[in-house]
Amino acid sequence: MSNILEVKGLEASYGPTKALHGIDFSLEEGGVTTILGANGAGKTTTLRAISGMISRSGEILLAGKNIISLRTADITREGIAHVPEGRGTFVRMSTEDNLQLGAYSRSDKDEIARDIERVYSYFPILKQRRSQQAGTLSGGEAQMLAVGRALMLRPRLLLLDEPSFGLAPLIVQELFAILKKINVEDGVSMLLVEQNASLALELADHAYLLETGNIVISGTSQSILENETVRRSYLGY
Amino acid sequence: MTTDVETKVDPRLTSGARINVKWVAVFVILGVLFPFFIDGYTSFQMTLTIIYAIAILGLNLLTGFNGQFSLGHSAFYAIGAYTAAILVYHLDFPVYVTIPIGGVVCFVAGFLFGLPALRLNGLYLALATFALAVAVPQILKSSHLEGLTGGVQGLDIFRPDVPEVLVNTFAMTMDQWWYLISFGIMLLLFWAAWNLINSRSGRAMMAIRDNPIAAQSMGINTSLYKSLTFGVSAFYTGIAGALAAIVIEFVAPDSFTFQLSILLFIGLVVGGTGSIWGAIFGGLFILMVPNIAEEVSTGLSYAVFGVILILVIYVMPSGIVGLVDILKVRLKKKL
Amino acid sequence: MELFLQQILTGLANGAIYACLALAVVMIYQAIDHFNFAQGEMAMFSTYICWSMIAVGIPYWVAFLLTIVISFAGGVAIERIIFKPIHNAPVLSHIVVFIGLLAIFNSLAGAIWDHTIKVFPSPFPDGSFNGLIGLHEIGMFFVTLILLGAIFCFFRFTRIGMAMQAAAANPDSAELVGIRVGWMLALGWGLAAAIGAVAGMMIAPIVFLDPNMMLGILLYGFAAAIVGGITSPGGAVAGGFLVGIIENLAGTYIPAIGSELKLTVALVLIVTVLLFKPNGLFGKSIVTRV
Repeated sequence: MSNILEVKGLEASYGPTKALHGIDFSLEEGGVTTILGANGAGKTTTLRAISGMISRSGEILLAGKNIISLRTADITREGIAHVPEGRGTFVRMSTEDNLQLGAYSRSDKDEIARDIERVYSYFPILKQRRSQQAGTLSGGEAQMLAVGRALMLRPRLLLLDEPSFGLAPLIVQELFAILKKINVEDGVSMLLVEQNASLALELADHAYLLETGNIVISGTSQSILENETVRRSYLGY
Repeated sequence: MTTDVETKVDPRLTSGARINVKWVAVFVILGVLFPFFIDGYTSFQMTLTIIYAIAILGLNLLTGFNGQFSLGHSAFYAIGAYTAAILVYHLDFPVYVTIPIGGVVCFVAGFLFGLPALRLNGLYLALATFALAVAVPQILKSSHLEGLTGGVQGLDIFRPDVPEVLVNTFAMTMDQWWYLISFGIMLLLFWAAWNLINSRSGRAMMAIRDNPIAAQSMGINTSLYKSLTFGVSAFYTGIAGALAAIVIEFVAPDSFTFQLSILLFIGLVVGGTGSIWGAIFGGLFILMVPNIAEEVSTGLSYAVFGVILILVIYVMPSGIVGLVDILKVRLKKKL
Repeated sequence: MELFLQQILTGLANGAIYACLALAVVMIYQAIDHFNFAQGEMAMFSTYICWSMIAVGIPYWVAFLLTIVISFAGGVAIERIIFKPIHNAPVLSHIVVFIGLLAIFNSLAGAIWDHTIKVFPSPFPDGSFNGLIGLHEIGMFFVTLILLGAIFCFFRFTRIGMAMQAAAANPDSAELVGIRVGWMLALGWGLAAAIGAVAGMMIAPIVFLDPNMMLGILLYGFAAAIVGGITSPGGAVAGGFLVGIIENLAGTYIPAIGSELKLTVALVLIVTVLLFKPNGLFGKSIVTRV
């Protein structure tokens, strides 16, 4: 199987402080990969570096094309959608306007309309909320909207930053089931960052463990689940 | 996402704030002797500098330490000035007494304006105070208040003579005398501000500036502190206004236009927001630059101000005081 | 009753002035989430540029269009050159730069064109409608409505208009959906400067041209935008007319106000609305869950 994304020697920093010390990893086309790690390990930073939201160096190959020098808005046009930490919906706009904006870089009107319906079929609650201001949505609905908006790009790769954050367990179950469905039915590759390791490993087929800006362990989800260190530190049994 | 970023800690926070007695003593002695070595016009100019410094300090307490914006301090300056002028002109109050009264009246005015302003966040507060500054000259000119304010003509004030003892022993002139009074008031107010900043209340003020929600959850009564700070800030500016009215011996509406607010604001930014001593640099700056700019090209002084203002934001966002701090550190490294 | 009607019409005429400038205020607020305190001075400067062109013999409408184009370019340039480097600076820095720009434009206009009051031509015929309202005011009324319609369509129906709002509200997310945020800001500045220029050129025949013509009017423009709702162009126009009417009625029927304390009316309006109806009469309320 070919790789949708290959990252080589990726470094990133916030001002003078280095947050990633040259990491390498790759994502399989059509797969779900997760990055595990404690607070401050560099998980969010990795996603932000891929999207070009912080200064970074190294190589990021999206299906063979190096995108390291592109700016965020252009990276999205290459097919990477990023569901940011904290969801980042446009709170003053309606749900539907949020989805419309998700397709900002596309101009195929009919297809956009069809994709909006598709998002509604994944998340029926959003259809009920279509004209409601996004700021008034509940946490779960806002997260669904964030995912839906990202899908509107028709991405090849979806970056998910802590989608379970602050949500009730039942909602999380529902959300992750839909993510699985999107992965299987639409063939969207995913890179998932999660605090909740067991949840993440359930969805993902590959995993990397990040510690203070370095990758320390990698492998299939199964092998990671069986890893003694991971179990003790991140799964808690 | 939390990364282990080392945050720079303000050294003043860890070392404990202390006044450097040596330097302050030198400053006070030089300041007191100063008027005896310069001509009358220069000491008049220096008096104005001091007055601006007091007003700027008032603005700084609000903006630099409490994070509220005001483009309307010309209004409080005007209220202080008119309080003094009206008391002297209509009621024959002793001139000296009107200075604190001007401050107190402004405190009340500032507190009252601050009460509704509490509910406005930064930008909206700037807007409301902008409106205040633009409206005040017109109010002062109003024919309904003409009996009180003298309308467009304004009011004259006459200062009492310099106490005879001083004239006999030091041959003190009026300019020198009022320079010394202003200097004394400035020292007093700076000392008070310093104590305020380094007190519990001062820390509460700064906590509100840095994170209002967290401050509130720590049990700080943010609305009370914000309007009190507004009042104190207006108090300082009112004292300055009263002093200015007396020193210039005249008040008129057109001395208190929005341009004065701009001027104070420039002094604040150039001197350094969040620095007490910066106010003196700010005062010097707004007095000197127009003089210099006028020599380059008449009528362009505000353009020069504007350019400098924007440059300050780029190259030295912490103002002149920040620049001095940086130079001090560099100097120490070399030694 | 006739006096009342007369005052309403005069109020509407003045209101057209405020509405025009309020549109520029709303435009920049939509684009950058800030009030631009230099808006009035920028409009004044644009109007002087137009005046100079007319003075050398360029026909009115050509000068009018050229001024709009120049102002648009100027607005874009201001954003790219002055504001881009301080994009992430705190609110204070932005206010400082606004004040700096205000001082620069005011001072430059005085230095270039001196401080004598100049007559600025109106594109509309002289005279008045039944002696009640001047033809210029009526023309201006329609110009304002046309502007409003254009802005409304821009924000509501064009992708770029939506993107601009998104970029102002949440720049990070906007980049993530592919919006080039930097250029959206520049575009917002350009459009606001262009609208401001139209406002200036419409206002100048009434108040005459001088470097300080805009300060009081800007205050009313802010008041109009606040009354109508800072997020709503339609509200700003309605607010402009409302403010114009209130100003005139208050001046006529409240003797203490007369014609001398009109700026105080604006102050009271701004503070009152901000306190009791911070989203204005027509603005969307913004609800955010923490």
